[in-house]
Amino acid sequence: MPLHPYLELFLTFARVGACTFGGGYAMLPLLQREVVDARHWATEDELMDYYAIGQCTPGVIAVNVSTFIGYKRRGITGAIAATAGMVTPSLLIITTIAAFIQRFAHLPVVQHALAGVRIAVCALVLQAIIKMIKKGVTDLPTAAILLLTFAAVAFFGVSPVLMIVLAAGAGIAIGLIRRRRT
Amino acid sequence: MIFLQLFWEFFKTGLFAVGGGMATIPFLKDIAQRYPWFTPHELLDMLAVSESTPGPIGVNTATYAGFRAAGLPGAITATASLVLPSVIIVILVSRALDRFRDSSLVQDGFYGLRPASTGLILGAMLEVFAASLLHLDRWGGLATLSAVIDLPALAFFLLMTLAIRKLPRLHPILFILIGAVCGVLLRF
Repeated sequence: MPLHPYLELFLTFARVGACTFGGGYAMLPLLQREVVDARHWATEDELMDYYAIGQCTPGVIAVNVSTFIGYKRRGITGAIAATAGMVTPSLLIITTIAAFIQRFAHLPVVQHALAGVRIAVCALVLQAIIKMIKKGVTDLPTAAILLLTFAAVAFFGVSPVLMIVLAAGAGIAIGLIRRRRT
Repeated sequence: MIFLQLFWEFFKTGLFAVGGGMATIPFLKDIAQRYPWFTPHELLDMLAVSESTPGPIGVNTATYAGFRAAGLPGAITATASLVLPSVIIVILVSRALDRFRDSSLVQDGFYGLRPASTGLILGAMLEVFAASLLHLDRWGGLATLSAVIDLPALAFFLLMTLAIRKLPRLHPILFILIGAVCGVLLRF
């Protein structure tokens, strides 16, 4: 008996969410297998397009891609089914672990382990930031935007929302000026 | 009331966090400073759990933060609010897919957004880095500089940074595990 289409969308994306460590890009090979090869819901090229758009829309890339495929299959309800499938494993796993950590956080051994983990995470975040700088800082204006946003949130407590709006505006203004010159 | 606040804060996070999971960090730190739900220091624990469990990192951090704020209902509220802007925007954009992607307005916007998102993460992490790698509580002027520096933590941080740079193909979970083991053995 074939599954109800919404249920199939939900279960497929729940499986992808549950088997992916590390978010958006780590998910790509699994999506290729489940969505392109096994179910023919999208072609390889379409999937790459969804990724390109997923990066250019706000929010979590993995969620954007799931919403896209769900919407393409079954409209708005399909989009919701796919997205709900993608986040359900996170909800179950994270709440279990968060409850567990809260219960045992007072134990010295857990505190030492967490202190070591925090240092490792600092190093991982630093590496991620270096990668993002290499990708996003390509010239003088982008370097200036990085430094200004950094200073605004680190030293002046400016809201990140305001800085994101200003940065998008600055990008558009710089683009307009450049095109007018050429 | 707390659920309305959670909805509003995570809706904003979903709408303005641009460029993947780590981009949620500055928004979570902003939330930590304005609400009593969790501390900026816990951000690192959230990130550690989010990187070493399945699922998108941004969704994992939001779920964790929502859980700390109001238990399981809080986790569900935060996660649903985080993905709501994505669902709305993607549905709107998919009607004009090519026009959207090739639009110079969108491309210019992202030219500005990418470095800003990086700057935001760096700015949000500065204080968290300092709290993990230095004894800021011992600060009492320049003369106390040597007491402030947490030498074992800094040395371990540099070693890990070097290892991650040299072995970029290894999964982050491995480094997080090494951190936990060294933390217990060396009593950080």
